[in-house]
Amino acid sequence: MTESTESDSAGSVDAAGTGVATGGAAAKVPAAADPEGRAARGVSGAPRRSVASRIVNRLGGGAVQIALILIAVVWLVPTIGLFIASLRGQADNTESGWWKVFTKPTELTLKNYTDVMSNDDMTTGFVNTVLITVPTTVLVVVIASLAAYAFAWIEFPGRDWLFLGVVGLLVVPIQVGLIPIAKLYGGIEIGGFKMFGSIAGVVLFHVAYGLPFAIFLLRNYFAGIPRALLEAARMDGGTEWTIFRRVIFPLGGPAIASLSIFQFLWVWNDMLIALIFANRDSQPLTVAIQQQVRQFGSNIDIIAPGAFLSLVVPLAVFFAFQRYFVQGVLAGSVK
Amino acid sequence: MAEVALTGVGKVYPDGTRAVTDLNLAIADGEFLVLVGPSGCGKTTALRMVAGLEEISEGEVTIGNRVVNRIPSRDRDVAMVFQSYALYPHLSVRDNIGFGLSLRKLPKAEIRAKVDQAAEILGLTDHLNRKPRNLSGGQRQRVAMGRAIVREPQAFLMDEPLSNLDAKLRVQMRAEIARIQRDLGVTTIYVTHDQTEAMTLGDRVAVMKKGELQQVAPPQELYDRPANLFVAGFIGSPAMNLLQGTLTGDAANPRIEVGGQTLTLPGEVLADREGLRAYLGKSVVVGIRPEDMEDAELIDAADGARLTSTAELVEAMGSDVLVHFAVEAAQVVTEDTKELARDAGTDVLGSLDAPRTDMVARFSPRTRVKVGDPLDIHVDTGRLHFFDPESGASIW
Repeated sequence: MTESTESDSAGSVDAAGTGVATGGAAAKVPAAADPEGRAARGVSGAPRRSVASRIVNRLGGGAVQIALILIAVVWLVPTIGLFIASLRGQADNTESGWWKVFTKPTELTLKNYTDVMSNDDMTTGFVNTVLITVPTTVLVVVIASLAAYAFAWIEFPGRDWLFLGVVGLLVVPIQVGLIPIAKLYGGIEIGGFKMFGSIAGVVLFHVAYGLPFAIFLLRNYFAGIPRALLEAARMDGGTEWTIFRRVIFPLGGPAIASLSIFQFLWVWNDMLIALIFANRDSQPLTVAIQQQVRQFGSNIDIIAPGAFLSLVVPLAVFFAFQRYFVQGVLAGSVK
Repeated sequence: MAEVALTGVGKVYPDGTRAVTDLNLAIADGEFLVLVGPSGCGKTTALRMVAGLEEISEGEVTIGNRVVNRIPSRDRDVAMVFQSYALYPHLSVRDNIGFGLSLRKLPKAEIRAKVDQAAEILGLTDHLNRKPRNLSGGQRQRVAMGRAIVREPQAFLMDEPLSNLDAKLRVQMRAEIARIQRDLGVTTIYVTHDQTEAMTLGDRVAVMKKGELQQVAPPQELYDRPANLFVAGFIGSPAMNLLQGTLTGDAANPRIEVGGQTLTLPGEVLADREGLRAYLGKSVVVGIRPEDMEDAELIDAADGARLTSTAELVEAMGSDVLVHFAVEAAQVVTEDTKELARDAGTDVLGSLDAPRTDMVARFSPRTRVKVGDPLDIHVDTGRLHFFDPESGASIW
């Protein structure tokens, strides 16, 4: 008896789960009073379900999807507001909230964007951000993947202790490094080039603090590649270098793509490190935007388009890399 | 192509575990040698030492008169087929097969031609542009083979290449491997735990147990003249029946007593097996192959070559009938039989109140024996095997 009620309730959950179009009506059909339906379910053989699988099932339901869409919209409201504000004149923005635009669409203008484009601080800030972020991301990915390969597949004395050390570095906060590194940079001056205040200094700091996590992430991914695959490459005449370049690196695609995105986002959005180590010529967009606030109070007409420009690039990067998030890269390699 | 030789090769892992002991093998140019044994007998370790994937702790491995102990895998010029195939999942079949050649920086056109040729041999021509994940198990296995043959190496090393295939495909691929190896004439070392593969493929078969080589011989010799109890029990399916018995009578009239029954031995047995004279009056282990027994009703059998029992299970295989029965002889319990039982996944029933040994006979399909029937079994006494009960060595 318990068996049949159990399968009945599971069946009704099923109905609720798949009946998006019919809404709640299907779910409310009293299953117990429906012997035919029960028989049909008996044929399809709905097995007993755990609580967890029923929850998962319900998550696919229509009500949940509506709720999720609502949350997403609420979450996006500030971004939408920022976007609309960036398309309104300064006078309009001070006079009324951005949502008034829906009644007066004629307020929309691209003037703010042309202004930002002709603002030197903002344009050099944008270029600086790119000059900081791209080399950092490339350096972190290259160095970390090489290190991760060594930690995962090359045997050398003290390897595991060294890796533990790298993992330990994960817990060192950035703030601890600020003053010692600032002192160190202050002492580095090679023929007119000063490390402190330079883009190179900022990049170096980001790389140093990005590496522990990057090595940790990639090593664990590389270690999951079947040993037989590397041995096959070795038999085929591969050296450590060719194995890394032609087997490990291509197979590490998903991990390398996610690492690249993370690293890119962190550095792109960073303000703390740039604020300390960059001078006025090498400051990135985040610092440039922040400086606009200080100079003119709430000059939303510069800040909004600037912030939006700063937001578009990471989005583009994400969509460019997301195609590498493929499941089953290793499918078919070993049985 | 080259000969491969292992001289006093041993493997000790850093934690002190010994995997291979004093292995001596010489594989002639173009020979197909099968290494066979139960799991954990060190056969794969031995192969990996030849491949260079495992360091050689003791002894010397030579490939084509060149000592390769300190030479890395990539320079040994041998190709390996892995049990798991180990295909590069991100490369097409064409690139998988050509990978080794492209690492050797051969011209593109030459690689193309060689890959096409290998694909032709293996029937992969239609699949060259597909990825491994879109291939069936048998096709993957072919790609793994292709990767080995395209390089035209000094030797092939194969580590249980068929164990992941289903039974039917395995038979088919087995024939194919035999054909390819014969056509190419490349020295091959083939590791397997499947004795059928060992018997059908090998020019010679090397049986290993716990890291030690037991016997190397052509398949038929291994079957007819096993060196010891382990080889006798491992080669053959169903396995050889082993019984505790006593050799009685005199040199002119030897008899063997097993479980209260007596079998008369033909005189030539002692002539063939000189060593057996020394065991007159002593206990020996008697080995009887299932096919050396027959339903006495079907043949004109002489007296003194009969065992009687009761049929406990009758399995009709179509081509023959396997009859299970028991005799009241003590079970043979030695290191070898324990190892065999462990491999088969059964336990030796050490102490039973009454001595009892289970046996299997292979009868002609014309037999009418049914379960529970009394059995009158004719034993081909000229084909019995004898082993020393202490050492397990074959008596010749």
